[in-house]
Amino acid sequence: MNKDVMVCGVGGQGTVLASKIIAAAAMEEGSTVHSAETIGMAQRGGSVTSHIRVGEDAFSPLIPFGGADLLLAFEVGEAVRNLKYLKADGVAVVNTAAVMPVTESLQSTGYDGSAMAAYLRDRCTCIFVNSEEVCRPFGSSRFFNMIILGVAAASGKLGISTETLLKEIEKRVPARYTDINKKAFLAGCEIGGKASR
Amino acid sequence: MREYVMGNGAIALGALAAGVNLVAGYPGTPSSEIIETVSKYPHEGVHLEWSVNEKAALEVAAAAAYSGARALVTMKQMGLNVASDALMSVAYVGVKGGLVVVSADDPGPISSQTEQDTRRYASFCRIPVFDPSSPEEAFEMVQDAFDYSEKYGRPVLLRPTTRICHAYASIEIPEHYAPKAYDGFQKDSRRWVIFPKASYLNHGKMEAENVEIGREFSSYRFNTAEGKSSGKAVVTSGVSYAYVKECLKHSGDVKIIRIATAFPFPEDFALRELEGIREVLCLEELSPCLEEQILITAGRHHLDLTVHGKTDGTVPFNGENSAELTGEILQKFLGTSFSADVRDLSDAPPLPVRPPVLCAGCPHRASFYAVKQAMKGRKTVFCGDIGCYTLGNAMPLDMVDTCLCMGAGITMAQGFSHTDHDAVCFGFVGDSTFFASGMTGVVNAVCNEADMILCVLDNSTTAMTGHQPHPGTGRNMMGHVVDKVDIAKVLEGIGVKTVVTVNPFDTAACVDLVRKLADEKGVRAVIFKAPCIALVKSDRKCSVDADKCIHCKKCIREIGCPALTTDGKTAVIDPGLCTGCGLCTKICPTGAIGGETHE
Ligand code: SF4
Ligand code: SF4
Repeated sequence: MNKDVMVCGVGGQGTVLASKIIAAAAMEEGSTVHSAETIGMAQRGGSVTSHIRVGEDAFSPLIPFGGADLLLAFEVGEAVRNLKYLKADGVAVVNTAAVMPVTESLQSTGYDGSAMAAYLRDRCTCIFVNSEEVCRPFGSSRFFNMIILGVAAASGKLGISTETLLKEIEKRVPARYTDINKKAFLAGCEIGGKASR
Repeated sequence: MREYVMGNGAIALGALAAGVNLVAGYPGTPSSEIIETVSKYPHEGVHLEWSVNEKAALEVAAAAAYSGARALVTMKQMGLNVASDALMSVAYVGVKGGLVVVSADDPGPISSQTEQDTRRYASFCRIPVFDPSSPEEAFEMVQDAFDYSEKYGRPVLLRPTTRICHAYASIEIPEHYAPKAYDGFQKDSRRWVIFPKASYLNHGKMEAENVEIGREFSSYRFNTAEGKSSGKAVVTSGVSYAYVKECLKHSGDVKIIRIATAFPFPEDFALRELEGIREVLCLEELSPCLEEQILITAGRHHLDLTVHGKTDGTVPFNGENSAELTGEILQKFLGTSFSADVRDLSDAPPLPVRPPVLCAGCPHRASFYAVKQAMKGRKTVFCGDIGCYTLGNAMPLDMVDTCLCMGAGITMAQGFSHTDHDAVCFGFVGDSTFFASGMTGVVNAVCNEADMILCVLDNSTTAMTGHQPHPGTGRNMMGHVVDKVDIAKVLEGIGVKTVVTVNPFDTAACVDLVRKLADEKGVRAVIFKAPCIALVKSDRKCSVDADKCIHCKKCIREIGCPALTTDGKTAVIDPGLCTGCGLCTKICPTGAIGGETHE
């Protein structure tokens, strides 16, 4: 299987853990995996991306434009920024909640993400989730990475079984947070299941 | 045993597999994870250290290699400038055990000041260089580098780039590896003491050996040629080779010649592969090292060859390559299209800009804010330095007027004080940078009667590169608790008369202190001491009282904390980001922000 998955968001949103779990799970299922992360300055509130490339046919560490089967966007504006990576028939799972950049608060341009969501809706197959809503039962936006992962898994576009993903979550999350992270993941699965039905 | 690791991890594991005895380096993106990986895998019997700077690291490692041990040194490309003094000389003196210097280049640049090319240092120092195209290759090449280093008794460079360092792949590592057995240092002053006569002789020997190494590299397994062609070839290396493969995987009447050893150049290999080729495209990042060698080879052997690349404007000199850029350039070269259909996003709504910013609750923000408040209305020069605190340049703080290179803030403040007499000159330096290259600058200030205020932003870590320990943190890479080097005592020892340590979150006290010091003369030092928020997790939070907030946005305008935004009606604080540092509570004119705060 060849599959390219891109994860994007804003530094500090937990994109790295999500991408590590996807990579590890794909490997667990027997695939060759390569991936690449944003590291350094940009982790301090900048735009961050992870490129996960599954299969033997990947040479470049970064997914070429128009190559991603799936785009997991932790922030709606970042989804638009990285839309160039998505295949013509690719699917985007997008958090509609906007993260305000500091510059925005300084000189207001009215960015709230709604124009971004509308733009995306017209241009690709999207599954929208709102992190504020879906994270409410968990008391913190910290669990959004597990939720969006669940949405992606249940949508069927990730090509990895939920069991394998759950196993990797167990391995990679500190023991005392395993249960809540798994719950968040399963909550995501439910949303994803409904959305793709 | 298979491990999924970053390119940097692959380099670390390759070195362990090669039986490395000593690993030293200084943190710098994109190289920092090499030493961290060594520390996470079994490394019984290996000495591991974050050295105070790159030059120290290389010198420590050189001694190990003089003793017959295998030593690895890691740094980013700018660090090699610092270490170059030692590298150039050790290239002449030579080594007994393998000495491999990893210098990670950063095309783009993504997190560096320059787009220099480590392969240039290889030809400048006359030592071999290896240039991997993937983490898998980096794992193999570091081992090859040790073998070559020992075979020829010379230091060897390994030059990965950011995209290789930060790419992940799965690597097969040996179950068992052990540090190399070595016999120890043997005194021989004719060999180990560098003298003009010895250097003259060694230089001749080096050049003769390089011819031989070039010949050996002509059959090196990572110098490869693939694909058939009716007369066109692409010459490439590093991650650019991966981009070329990505573009040409299904098609292309072109030969791909990949040269992983830019120096000594494998001329026989190049000649062999260029047979029947009429037109060459050189695709490499940073400097046109391969391109120049191809031009030399073509000239020397009277080849009927047209060479495209950076030197004829076909490929840009600056910036990194990508699959897309490679596809465009290949399209022009070969006349066929290689890129997928790319969406036209020109009608997208304007994207928010997200420059990196200091974290919410970062003590540097409080320090900069206090100095800014204290110096309102006065003529100042704020000399910054390398680290998270370079981000103090961003609006609204706007507190970094210059940033040049490691340690330069302290010395440039002195230069301004000698030329701009009515300005209050500040040098800001982080704790790790202070130890790396700040201390000598302070000595310079004292003995040359500079008039400056040194602000040490001491957050007890090397934050930007991923929180490495340093001499002030009291813990080293061997896992030992050691005496902390006390910055205040260092400054006093150097002879700085006024040294005051303050808590940056005590804004009022900081402002008073800086105001007072601004009216004094000589070298004065303030140590703003509070830990990086990543070190000490806080559960304190502040919040905005919506009834009291008059939406003047002063809090947002003055400090630019990423936790502070507005919902259009009042200021709001993101509880997920806020650390309760309390800085904003002191700015709000109506006292609308409250909560538990630092005292
Ligand atoms: S990592 Fe630490 S030092 Fe760097 S910006 Fe964040 S709080 Fe400040
Ligand atoms: S207390 Fe204010 S300045 Fe400090 S982190 Fe929270 S919002 Fe930012």
